[in-house]
Amino acid sequence: MTALTETERPAPTISRWRHFLVGKVAWMPVLAAVVILVIMLVAGQAYFGRFVTPRILSSLFVDNAYLIVLAAGMTFVILTGGIDLSVGAVMAFTGMLAAKLMSTGVPAPVVIPLMLIAGAAFGLIIGVMVHYFDVQPFIASLAGMFLARGLCFVVSLEAIQVKNPLVLGLQSVKINMGDWYVTPTVIIALLLVVGATWVLGYTRFGRTVYAVGGNEQSARLMGLHVARTKVLVYVVSGVCAGIAGLLFTAYTAAGYSLNGIGTELDTIAAVVIGGTLLTGGSGYLIGSLVGVLVYGVIKVSITFLGADASWTRITIGILLLAFVVVQRVIVARANRR
Amino acid sequence: MDVDPVVQVIGASVRFAGDIALDGVDFRMFAGEVHSLMGENGAGKSTLIKAMTGALRLDAGAVLLEGRDVDLSTPAAAQRAGISTVYQEIDLLPNLSVAENIMLGREPRRLGFIDWRRTREAAGQALSALGIDIDPASMLSSHRLATQQLIAIARAISTDVKVLVLDEPTSSLDQDEVDELFRVIRRLKSRGVAILFVSHFLEQVYEICDRITVLRNGVLVGEYVTTELLRLDLVQKMLGKATFDLEQMTTRAPSATPAAAREVKVSAQGISRRNDMLPTDLDIYEGELLGLAGLLGSGRTELARLLTGIDSLDGGRLTIDGVPRRFHEPRQALRHGIAYSSENRKSEGIIAQLSVRENITLALQAERGWFKPIPRNRQDELSASWIEALDIRPADPDRLAGLLSGGNQQKVLLARLLAVAPRLLVLDEPTRGIDVGAKVEIQRLVSELAIDGMTIVFISAELEEVLRISHRVIVLRDREIVAQFDPDEITIETLLTIVAKAEDGT
Repeated sequence: MTALTETERPAPTISRWRHFLVGKVAWMPVLAAVVILVIMLVAGQAYFGRFVTPRILSSLFVDNAYLIVLAAGMTFVILTGGIDLSVGAVMAFTGMLAAKLMSTGVPAPVVIPLMLIAGAAFGLIIGVMVHYFDVQPFIASLAGMFLARGLCFVVSLEAIQVKNPLVLGLQSVKINMGDWYVTPTVIIALLLVVGATWVLGYTRFGRTVYAVGGNEQSARLMGLHVARTKVLVYVVSGVCAGIAGLLFTAYTAAGYSLNGIGTELDTIAAVVIGGTLLTGGSGYLIGSLVGVLVYGVIKVSITFLGADASWTRITIGILLLAFVVVQRVIVARANRR
Repeated sequence: MDVDPVVQVIGASVRFAGDIALDGVDFRMFAGEVHSLMGENGAGKSTLIKAMTGALRLDAGAVLLEGRDVDLSTPAAAQRAGISTVYQEIDLLPNLSVAENIMLGREPRRLGFIDWRRTREAAGQALSALGIDIDPASMLSSHRLATQQLIAIARAISTDVKVLVLDEPTSSLDQDEVDELFRVIRRLKSRGVAILFVSHFLEQVYEICDRITVLRNGVLVGEYVTTELLRLDLVQKMLGKATFDLEQMTTRAPSATPAAAREVKVSAQGISRRNDMLPTDLDIYEGELLGLAGLLGSGRTELARLLTGIDSLDGGRLTIDGVPRRFHEPRQALRHGIAYSSENRKSEGIIAQLSVRENITLALQAERGWFKPIPRNRQDELSASWIEALDIRPADPDRLAGLLSGGNQQKVLLARLLAVAPRLLVLDEPTRGIDVGAKVEIQRLVSELAIDGMTIVFISAELEEVLRISHRVIVLRDREIVAQFDPDEITIETLLTIVAKAEDGT
């Protein structure tokens, strides 16, 4: 009897190997991103020589620390099936705000929490719009983006230089390990990735994020805190944008109202390339980190080639297209079952 | 019974926009019983269930759990109180593991973090309590629908459940899976859980239920012990008709043309599709009502979809009226007068957000092309005549189709297809999930269409129905045609053995 085979089998003795394989389908896109990254590094090494060096690999992290942080926050949002277009503008705004406040003498330990609070506030507004007013995430976060960008111009039209040693130190302090080096910005970004991975994997909030992305209606009927979760993911993304604002300010040593234009799209690209489904419910934070590194390698390669910077965007665009198509295929195959 | 009921509904009343959905209904369930709530669509079954499970609030009346007035304002609150529901469309999360689906929201935690090992153990215990042996770490989507349903039940009972509501749990299960489900239900029953089993299948209700409560038009008809209620009486109480004979529900339509004079309308030679259908030959004769019988997954739907151009052929060829045709899209088939009505009324049929009128004229409009809109008065005329002809209720062309009962939605769907005057109509389970009264009406309609000379392919999971109205019956099993015969020369028992044969071998 076919229907009973599953139920009448004696004691559960599932082999370790099957145990390992089962449920690892969602890792496939992440693995694909890793493969792409390795291929690009190998190809770069073959073409340029002296490409895979500790210096360049270190700089991948240092130059993209802010993007890693943004991608971490964005992963939460996309996992619920949402999108946050405001992150680039919020990052610019918090940077501006910090630069302005510090230039008037407000100490950094006061300014930094303010940046995070400002980011959280933007996230809260977007989250409330999305959940309680049922506004499309695209539209809600677009409104947030315009608001943040507009506020940048209110703060100042000119770039404001940052001289605060504490903030600049985040970037300028280099901790050397042989030929490798890291800056405090990288440490902050990686700690955040580790923490966020933990939250997604081991807390009810994290699992509810996946549940909402899988099927919001089901999650609600299961009695999960859907409303709270949906608002909170945008707050997480907002706070991450605030942190990214801090890192980016340290990186550029200035606040400027035109910073981070298009960064939200780079962030989304990195998350999607890293294997998170745009439809939500499937993906891993570590994948987003890989996605950022892929982005970074493309940027470095373009610089090495001496080609126009616009080629970064073109390459990312092609790669993104390929990944979205691959995702559709994966989803379609899953649905055929 | 001397014991107090575990659930007691007293004087429940609910109104939707003026319509009375429930009117002072009393209802009770005892621990350790399987109870069935019976009634036609619109009788108030789902309203009563929703009131008990926190999905809807009563306008008047009360729900008492173990004699106490508990908070049932949300599904979560009802679950906490001990009332859990497994819905027809299984509300689980395919992207998460079985263990998570069972434990989500109440995972064991250590220092605020989920303890995955204990979570899996707890999920495994819930599964083994039901006698189900699957790996809790596996993904939900890797399991069959029937298993997913059992997982949903495992979730429901992993809390301290007192009342378990199963809403149409068997509608997409085959016989073995139903048996499996019943085994689980009996196990739960012996543990003292009160189970509300809602189903349209009378046989199943009689097999598993201890007592039956009948509703009609939002009013309580009565509460009966299953063994003391004759099937005929039950149907009478549901329909509220004094004289009603199941045997006389519908008779087979006489064929429009004598068998010898029939021409082949559609001829399929070796049509096949990977994973769906093995190479199959089939001739469909002009003016016949051909019944397709078979279990879910036997190929009955797949064959219908190949014949009507919904799915494209991998191999073989189709000849329509003697001319070979190849369909890549349903509209090509439609142009040759072949129409298909999907088994998934909600997702592939009716468009809930459009009015009845728009739903009816949709296919006709599509055929004309979107740049030649059907004049409004023609639309009104058309929909009014179909509403009358098929007795669609309420007879309001501007009502949203989604607000109609299942039976009436099916009629709207039928009207849409009939409006394009098809010559071959393929109906995939048109009577699924609708109440007995509407079922009889649909069967009668189909028979009348056959009398008028339309060629019809009729698919149903209910063998008795196929046997009763078809001129010729074809049985599918394991993706191929295994038998065909004259329905007069076979009994339902014989048909059942043919349909089910493969189940013994494997």
